[in-house]
Amino acid sequence: MANHALKVNGLEKSFGKNYVLRGIDVTLEPGSVTVLMGANGAGKSTLVKVICGHHRADAGTMMLAGAAFAPEDAADSIRQGVVTVHQSIDDGVIPDLDVANNLMLDRLVERGNGLFVRERQLRDEAAKVASAMGIDVNLRARVSDLSVADRQMIAIARAMARAPKVLILDEPTSSLSATEADRLFALIDRLREQGVAILYISHRMSDIRRIADRIIVMRDGAISGSFDTKPLDYEAAVTAMLGHRMTEVDVAVESGSEPVLELSNLTLFPNAAPINLQARDGEVVALVGLLGSGKSRLAEILFGMARAVGGTMRINGADYTPSSVEDAVSQGVYMSPKDRGTNAVIPAFDIADNMTLPFLKGLSVGSFLNARRQRNLSQEMVNELGIVCQSVSDGIGTLSGGNQQKVMIARWLLEPAQVLLLDEPFQGVDIGARRDIGRHIRGTAQGRATLVFLAEIDEALEIADRIVVMNEGAIVGEHTNQNVDLAALVADISGAKSTQTGTYS
Amino acid sequence: MNDRLLDFAIRYGFLILLAGLIVYFSLAAPGFFGPLSAAFVLQSVAITGILALGVTCTLVVGGFDLSIGAVATSALMLSAYSMVILEHPTVVAVFLCLGMGALVGFINGILIVKFRVPDLLATLGMMFLLIGLQRIPTQGNSIATGMTLADGTVAEGTFSAAFLWLGRHRFDVVIDRLLPMPVVIFVAIAVVIWLFLGFTRHGRLMYAIGSNERAAALVGTPVNRYKIAAYMISGVTASIGGILLAARLGRGDIASGNNLLLDSVAAALIGFAVLGAARPNAFGTAIGALFVGILLQGMTMMNAPYYTQDFVKGAVLVAALVFTFYLSSRRSGTGH
Repeated sequence: MANHALKVNGLEKSFGKNYVLRGIDVTLEPGSVTVLMGANGAGKSTLVKVICGHHRADAGTMMLAGAAFAPEDAADSIRQGVVTVHQSIDDGVIPDLDVANNLMLDRLVERGNGLFVRERQLRDEAAKVASAMGIDVNLRARVSDLSVADRQMIAIARAMARAPKVLILDEPTSSLSATEADRLFALIDRLREQGVAILYISHRMSDIRRIADRIIVMRDGAISGSFDTKPLDYEAAVTAMLGHRMTEVDVAVESGSEPVLELSNLTLFPNAAPINLQARDGEVVALVGLLGSGKSRLAEILFGMARAVGGTMRINGADYTPSSVEDAVSQGVYMSPKDRGTNAVIPAFDIADNMTLPFLKGLSVGSFLNARRQRNLSQEMVNELGIVCQSVSDGIGTLSGGNQQKVMIARWLLEPAQVLLLDEPFQGVDIGARRDIGRHIRGTAQGRATLVFLAEIDEALEIADRIVVMNEGAIVGEHTNQNVDLAALVADISGAKSTQTGTYS
Repeated sequence: MNDRLLDFAIRYGFLILLAGLIVYFSLAAPGFFGPLSAAFVLQSVAITGILALGVTCTLVVGGFDLSIGAVATSALMLSAYSMVILEHPTVVAVFLCLGMGALVGFINGILIVKFRVPDLLATLGMMFLLIGLQRIPTQGNSIATGMTLADGTVAEGTFSAAFLWLGRHRFDVVIDRLLPMPVVIFVAIAVVIWLFLGFTRHGRLMYAIGSNERAAALVGTPVNRYKIAAYMISGVTASIGGILLAARLGRGDIASGNNLLLDSVAAALIGFAVLGAARPNAFGTAIGALFVGILLQGMTMMNAPYYTQDFVKGAVLVAALVFTFYLSSRRSGTGH
């Protein structure tokens, strides 16, 4: 057993009633890169946090190089040889110190090094560490002046200064450009040769193709796939990650009538392929893609929060170039954003105030609000969507996640939209509320074009007439939601056909 | 049952305390209960209250305005300078002050919204700037009719009767010459701000900004414009306070208004506790100002020494804050 770097057996973890890890078995081999994939909420980060000592497991064992491993806390985990580089790079570096001090920071923390810093010795050692890692930057430069990639390298180099047995990298390329990512991969290759066991967490297929020796996939707190025979089956891995159990919902596909929204040669990022898309009256179009596929960017551009690099947008034949969210709303383009807690919910308000917030103007006489109309209108929506509450004066915080989300969606159904954008409308929503929302969106779809941005295939199959797949900022596939060829859909999502365009979002 | 008791305590506790205070002082201090004493209390809180209503608007959008005290004293000095030295008529002096308040509020807003200076720091900087600025034209002297100016001439202007009327006129209510003009203006501003924040869509959107700015922006609220407007309201109300102070004193006294900032902020924060609102609100602010005024008046009539006043205000503020944040958090914790 001693040839395993880390062996995790039957790991379980729950937060209250919420089971996040349900018996995870993972082994990491020395000198090998294991990629961990999983959608948001699959439990990846909880697994990492248990391994690096942030959380205690409820059940299960871990063995590190053949010895029992149960870290007391994060520091203990590091001392025993498990080092994690977290997603936000700036947690791993001190921006206001120079490179040499950053590389030697852990040395400064150790006791018994004397009171005064021996500057020359520190710089010599830092130079050694840097050259061993193949980092070529001025050691006197302040870290805050360096590029993101260099900062990332330094965070990893700091981690490596402790000679870990296991290195965990949590989405390390999420803010790197393609060339910067290449430098990171070269570093990972070097570490692999040194015999470090690497656990690499990422959604990005191009990364995974480049460095994976093995892939393990998590879904709903369990391992849903493990791939270690070369050539690795990437499509099977994506299938295991997204899951596409056929849903019981039957969608009567509408092809829509007149085109409402037309995108011509819309370019989301520099160097990305242009997008051409039509969304018709009465049609529900799902845009699916992995994290970083550009769908959030497209939503932002449509809602006036960002500008496209190039191309045109038209609504009902007229040019559409929203200058702000306010402008987009006034032109009849509404968006229910993702992450409702951050982007949508007004915690201090009750249901009626939350729901009617965008359209207060129509509910006031002069500037004075007509509270009764506000409440009546909200009550109608509460009944239509089946929002479970005592009254519309209940605080929004008293509702469950699903009901809160219904309120957030109802907000944009109060007035007729030209184009309705729903970004991850099923995030943190139970299955019942999800069905209610889906049914209502489809039921009211006439008179507008509806675009739904989703990461999960089964959600798209449940709500859409047409499924458009995005990858690397471009549209790579389109499927009518009728006898969908799931294999082809998954292949599109994993980017099997796409060419490397060199952009990352 | 326990929950309902807690809810009742949070809602009405502060008002009951206020009523209890009035009953206690009426029994313990002869002369406390009566129109003259009431008018005196109102008079003592009117200017602080007006400033507090302005700062309430900035609290609503999740900001803070530390410059209100300095805006008020600047308006005091500006009105004196305008009338005594430049010999402007009343209307010009009043509009100069209001314009100054609006401009300061606008600059505060721009600093916060465009230049991303944190609200406390921006308004702190503005406070310093104004405290310094108001002393420069008069070389640090107070302004009064007959003073000798830097160039050797004598200031011949006077505060006009119309201007002094703003600060000194008393309306006949119950007793002749009872209710002072500043109290009437305070009540009027309180009603306007109360209606604005509580019952207009603009007020509702301002509360939305204070609660979740990003969400408010994503429904198309022009967040920056509302924030700037809030600071402008705060600046204008502070300048009204300064005008009334000048009209009451009848001179441009450089040393007046030292306590204005702290007292008015305290009133606005005490207001959080009124009716269990747990957020800034105009009614609460007015009650908060009254509460402090009544407490001080009662204590003065019971011969408590003047130097205990700030201590008492502090104690009330801390109690109100505990009331607001601790009890309300317990309520929302058990509210499911």
